[in-house]
Amino acid sequence: MTREALPSPGQGRDGEGSGLLRPQATGSAGAEWPLWEVFVRPKAGLDHKHCGSLHAPDASAAVQFARDVYTRRQEGTSLWVVRSDQIHASDPADKEALFDPMADKVYRHPSFYTLPAAVDHL
Amino acid sequence: MYTQAMDIGPAEAKRHEPAELEARFEARIDAGDFIEPKDWMPAHYRKTLVRQISQHAHSEIVGMLPEGNWLTRAPTLKRKTILLAKVQDEAGHGLYLYSAAETLGTSRDQMTEALLSGRAKYSSIFNYPTLAWADVGVIGWLVDGAAIMNQVPLTRCSYAPYARAMVRVCREESFHQRQGFDALLTMMTQGTEAQRTMVQDAVDRWWWPSLMMFGPPDADSPNSAQSMRWGIKRNSNDELRQKFVDACAEQAKVLGVTLPDPDLKWNESRGAHDFGAVDWAEFWRVVNGDGPCNRERLAARSQAWDDGAWVRDAALAHAHKQRHKEAA
Repeated sequence: MTREALPSPGQGRDGEGSGLLRPQATGSAGAEWPLWEVFVRPKAGLDHKHCGSLHAPDASAAVQFARDVYTRRQEGTSLWVVRSDQIHASDPADKEALFDPMADKVYRHPSFYTLPAAVDHL
Repeated sequence: MYTQAMDIGPAEAKRHEPAELEARFEARIDAGDFIEPKDWMPAHYRKTLVRQISQHAHSEIVGMLPEGNWLTRAPTLKRKTILLAKVQDEAGHGLYLYSAAETLGTSRDQMTEALLSGRAKYSSIFNYPTLAWADVGVIGWLVDGAAIMNQVPLTRCSYAPYARAMVRVCREESFHQRQGFDALLTMMTQGTEAQRTMVQDAVDRWWWPSLMMFGPPDADSPNSAQSMRWGIKRNSNDELRQKFVDACAEQAKVLGVTLPDPDLKWNESRGAHDFGAVDWAEFWRVVNGDGPCNRERLAARSQAWDDGAWVRDAALAHAHKQRHKEAA
């Protein structure tokens, strides 16, 4: 498992020394809002599905922004947001090791079994 | 997944030599596979995409300005609510695209800085002024029409986060073009002589800049071949421009306007319209910063960024405070 590398809240992500746009006066000035992943449930009974990401200062703002950015046309009835740095993902390099073993297990599918017509509804 | 961590895992780096990684990447492109953020990709592929996606995002954001000019002056409440929804969509499209670019390892602030410093480009079309209400309709019809023609092939772009963002953009963009045509048709069929003249004048001013939206002729587009090879681009500039001209020539008849090109005529043998030469000197002048509104547009974006600084900081300070309260 790899952890998505993102800075902690309030820490800028400026690379190449070009980060801050303007000299800023005080406090957390110039810091980028953290990144959030947005999940939308299209309608009751369906799963929440990942639909994109956005920057927001905190969770409640992220929900509000997600509503404006991702559900302008009734795309959803419920939203989840989660800090992007809290997501653990599988490594693409492990794809074969993780998922190929399932390729030769056809007996896990109902279509593997040929039954007499009278009971083929099983 | 839309996240910005892009490093290939140490395991994969050790297991393969770069040449082998490159060969595997090319094979996946040839097979029509999508490339995801954490997959290995050549540095030049990444750079090309960052440039293209961020410029696309900037275009959406700057693109709010010409139409925003008419929000308070739309002729009816109906047209005002439609225009508000459209401008809000452009903001949304900009955000989808910035997010897609961020998956490649660039930050939002870096992209904003590139725009405000003038290093990054955005579509030259948004450096033209919206002088009359009919301009808003013509932008919907021609500018969004050209954008759609450019964008539909991008829904099949090899870089998956970009393709996914474009699916959403294209779904929403169709309303933009239709509302523009509808507004123009209303003026042409139910309007006064002065309104019809206003529509024709707007068409005259926006037609050629719209044709420039497809980019320089194929012969002068050095990056195109590599982008086509990588599945970042699916059709050539000239191919899409021709398709646009053919579509608009018919739509103009329905609307009852004349496209300002004396050379525009159907060519039976080509099965396409012939059309006049685009003024590429003007295109390059506008791209390089000397269009009618370049300075005004950048100044507006800079001011928005500066004026918003206290909001960004206050929201972050509030978030910190809430977290400390919860912890206590």
